[in-house]
Amino acid sequence: MEREDVLKAAELAKLDYSKSDLREFEGVFQRIINLVEEFQKIDTEGIKPTFHGNNVMNVYREDVAVENPNYQDLLDNAPTVQDTFIQVPAIMETEED
Amino acid sequence: MVKYPKTIKGIKDGLAAGDFTAVELVESIYAYIDAVDGKVKAFLTLTKEQALEAARQADEIGYGPDAPLLNGVPFAAKDNVMTKDILTTCASKMLEDFKPTYDATVVKKLRAAGAILIGKVNLDEFAMGGSTENSYFHPTYNPWDLERTPGGSSGGSSAAVSSRQVPFALGTDTGGSIRQPAAFTGIVGFKPTYGAVSRYGVAAFASSLEQLGPLTLTVEDAAIVMDAISGPDEYDMTTLQEEITNHGEKIGQSIEGMRIAVPKEFVSDVITDDIRKALQEAIESFEEQGAIVEEVSMPNVTYGINAYYIISSAEASSNLQRYDGIRYGYRHPDAKTNEEVYTMSRSEGFGEEVQRRIMLGTYALSSEHYDLFYEKAARLRTLIIQDFKRVYEDYDVILSPTTTSSAYKLGGRVEDPVEMYMADILTVPVNLAGLPAIAFPAGFDKLGLPIGLQLIGKPLDEKTLIQVAHNYEVNNDYVLHEPEL
Repeated sequence: MEREDVLKAAELAKLDYSKSDLREFEGVFQRIINLVEEFQKIDTEGIKPTFHGNNVMNVYREDVAVENPNYQDLLDNAPTVQDTFIQVPAIMETEED
Repeated sequence: MVKYPKTIKGIKDGLAAGDFTAVELVESIYAYIDAVDGKVKAFLTLTKEQALEAARQADEIGYGPDAPLLNGVPFAAKDNVMTKDILTTCASKMLEDFKPTYDATVVKKLRAAGAILIGKVNLDEFAMGGSTENSYFHPTYNPWDLERTPGGSSGGSSAAVSSRQVPFALGTDTGGSIRQPAAFTGIVGFKPTYGAVSRYGVAAFASSLEQLGPLTLTVEDAAIVMDAISGPDEYDMTTLQEEITNHGEKIGQSIEGMRIAVPKEFVSDVITDDIRKALQEAIESFEEQGAIVEEVSMPNVTYGINAYYIISSAEASSNLQRYDGIRYGYRHPDAKTNEEVYTMSRSEGFGEEVQRRIMLGTYALSSEHYDLFYEKAARLRTLIIQDFKRVYEDYDVILSPTTTSSAYKLGGRVEDPVEMYMADILTVPVNLAGLPAIAFPAGFDKLGLPIGLQLIGKPLDEKTLIQVAHNYEVNNDYVLHEPEL
């Protein structure tokens, strides 16, 4: 397992590792990978993967719009709100940053 | 204060007989919680005002034959279950101040059945863990020995019920998180067939593996709660249309001729001698009752752990993406760009174990590793499902231990995640296969700590599990033992 792999995973997962955390983390992570890799010895040729908990798929309902009178409640959970918008820091970095 | 029975059945009978009112019951319960929860620390939030109001309403409705199924019966809910306007933290800094705007479907059903929410109980953060030591707030302590874990991740639930603070609690089981805590605290823990109970309003960890279920003192009590909470839900498209009604229908029926399989891979060196003895005792009891108990082999189940940790972590990495510091939850005060909002909030808001699993899941799903990790694990899952199907061609239920040891000391394993993971070896295959399972009291070890055994059933065969577990319950007195607090 390469350090680049770990850093790439951290970037995808939006998690931050300082140099010291990273070293500690890598150690444990490698042991977990080793544990899991044991299963490589099992022959799964021709076996279809199972991704779901059961066979219930594609459950439909009528395409009818329903009103949600409580949308204001959802804004109560946001850290910073303006009117009906959730306020966030700048999305794009400018020259000043 | 009033004296009151500790079981659901006992409480229902007592209310119907007019021995006490729901208001008296609820007041007595809060007094008891005051007296003991300082030591056990099962509860994160108490909802006394609403509980007393619900108790008043229950008393008004009354306890005649047409009363709702759980009218006046108190319960606790694991803190990863949404309760409207009531703090629901998932035991994480990420949701430390979070109050949902809706009730989980199961909570709605329980309220409609007249049950009274006493409070929210502790868990491992986002249900990831086996000891409740991963809670952001504090650990919970095993009522049988306060230096030991009550199990996890539903440790608050198991501790609250085994200390008799509430007659039942909701837990969630993704890899054994209802069954293992039940086994560690000498109570009943029930995991339904995947899809039997709605997951709407339960903070998602691993969507293809988890189910909500009850922790209770007796098997009959578990059947009652299952009647109240199971059934299809339009808000959870993985729920099954076939509904089980009257889970306790086969209670008391003879188990003569029933075929019980004991997988030899579950009885290997990994379990302690005391647990091996408890298993032998159960086998003898079932044989005495006329059941046929035989050893079988399920060669792929030992790799359940490997498949489980890949699949559950992969699903978790996807499910936990929603915690981005934008719309709800913790937002890091120093974040200056959107990217920083995500990364800083998540790195600060999630505990170590949660971050480990997100990383493992992200790694397993990345394009270079997908085939070798995630897809391979999914194929292994199929092999395990096939192992179960093969056994069920000739047997009705599977009997095994639930845990490899009894409750261990706090701080004993949390430092070594890999050792922690290996302990789940007996429970995770059940989640991979989506089967129902029950953990039930089966005695005590040399130190006086509870031992729980496990019965695993065919899909939607909850009634047989309840029948067999109940049979064991009435043929010993383990359910009468209480921890001293």
